[in-house]
Amino acid sequence: MAAVLAARALRKSYRGKDALVGVDLEVGAGELLGLLGPNGAGKSTLTKIACGLVRPSGGGVEVLGRPAGSPLARAAIGYLAELFRFPGWCSADELLVLHQRLCGSAGGASERAELLELVELSHAAGTRVETMSKGMQQRLGIAQALVGSPGLLLLDEPTSALDPVGRRIVRGLLEELRRRDVAVLLNSHLLSEVELVCDRVAIIADGKLVQEGRPADLERPRGVEVETANGVRLFEGAGHDEAPEIVARLVAEGERIHRVEVLSSTLEDVYLEAVRGRTG
Amino acid sequence: MARSVATVIGYALREGLRRRVFLAVLLLSLGFLALYGVGAHFAFRDASGFAGPEPKILDPKAFTGATIFGMAMFTTLFLGSVLAVFLTLGIVRGDAESGLLQPLVVRPIGRTTLLLSRFLAAAGLSAAYVLAVYGAALAITWQTGHWAPDHLLGPGLALALAVSIVAALSLLTSTFLSVTAQGIVVFMVYGAGLTAGLLAQIGHAIHSATLHSIGHTASWILPFEGLYAASLHALISNTSGLTGVVLQLGPFGGSEAAGPGLIIWAFAYTAGVLALAAVAFSRRDL
Repeated sequence: MAAVLAARALRKSYRGKDALVGVDLEVGAGELLGLLGPNGAGKSTLTKIACGLVRPSGGGVEVLGRPAGSPLARAAIGYLAELFRFPGWCSADELLVLHQRLCGSAGGASERAELLELVELSHAAGTRVETMSKGMQQRLGIAQALVGSPGLLLLDEPTSALDPVGRRIVRGLLEELRRRDVAVLLNSHLLSEVELVCDRVAIIADGKLVQEGRPADLERPRGVEVETANGVRLFEGAGHDEAPEIVARLVAEGERIHRVEVLSSTLEDVYLEAVRGRTG
Repeated sequence: MARSVATVIGYALREGLRRRVFLAVLLLSLGFLALYGVGAHFAFRDASGFAGPEPKILDPKAFTGATIFGMAMFTTLFLGSVLAVFLTLGIVRGDAESGLLQPLVVRPIGRTTLLLSRFLAAAGLSAAYVLAVYGAALAITWQTGHWAPDHLLGPGLALALAVSIVAALSLLTSTFLSVTAQGIVVFMVYGAGLTAGLLAQIGHAIHSATLHSIGHTASWILPFEGLYAASLHALISNTSGLTGVVLQLGPFGGSEAAGPGLIIWAFAYTAGVLALAAVAFSRRDL
């Protein structure tokens, strides 16, 4: 899979304090990568370098083969910052017109209508930003990031202000983007959400990439739990393949089996293990 | 590129319009012009006997016209500078801290074009405002006292260039100062410039070469002051005798002739300030 985003030996320090220490990371076309890590781990810094908002201290990032921050790289991305604000006097439609002009999109009114529909804000096209709830503004921010059909979408905590319904809308939107072959880098603290939608997960702690892989591959077997008439027994380290043998042995020993469960670590377990002792 | 520049200029103008900056400026300007009209009317009416029995020594009409029009120019420059500062307030650091800037900067337009577009909007609007108020004050002066400055257009254009310099300086300070600090610094620089101009004139009047030199140097370091002094001078550059001498010391800053060197320097200075702002902006992490 060709890399839409490629970070190589990426370093960034702010006044001598390291924010990123030699990070290598790739996002392929149509791939949804979840970037996890405690506060201050370097997730937002990585995203900002990819947008050209922050200059790296070493290494580099390429977007579709072009240096991050170059005009061609900027033309290929859509970005929603964690802390953003749109002019309060602008309506949703006016904001999208502004961004269409800035990125040279020829999509016109049909693109704007489609984007507002995607984030379920069609009813608010004429609503001024200052009268919108934070959740509506966040969904408008996602629509804004999608103006011009970018090949790479960088979303920094896009669901932090959303209620459960809003989060479901964004999940649906991310799945739609996957269908459209748009690569997404998603910064989020919501592990369940990342687990649900992301193809791959990268965990950053103290500016270093400490874990990377598909959510299913990161999970480790924790054992087989068997409930018998004499109580619950845990066979640590055993996995899916050992379960029949364990059950057979217990039955042979005269136990009555009520329940068998193969336990594996969740993404939360993996995350907590990876960032143990490092909290922002 | 041109489309992006036009988009950002339009965005800046609409921002000013929606924030009712223009409405406030319009109302204040109308108030000022109305007051000026009343003041000019009574000044011309009551100053006719001011010069005493020998009117040839001091021309009361020229004296009154140049004095009150000089005051109008001082106010016009001040109001234009206020507008320039408000239109550039927080454009870089302030907007970056509030999260307004990032969605625009990540677009292909680029930082330098974005910055220059914001400057064009602020400077263009402030300059147009200054020319409009200058023209209105000129018309009021002619209507009330039938007096017109020796040069009609030059002083207005010099004031327009002066507020453009203030806009450029304000833009530069916005790259590294917070909104409040930016406003304070720019207005202090503005005040320092005008004070330096007054010092130069005082130095000239009391024959203090050092004082005059300090003021003169300051007007080159802060050329908006030099342009203001030049525009005052252009009002009465052809006025001779005692009237000309008295008016040179004007109550709202001294007048001083400027050659084409000052105009060239003012443009080069503005370009230099903008280049510094662009470099500072390009190196800033957002």
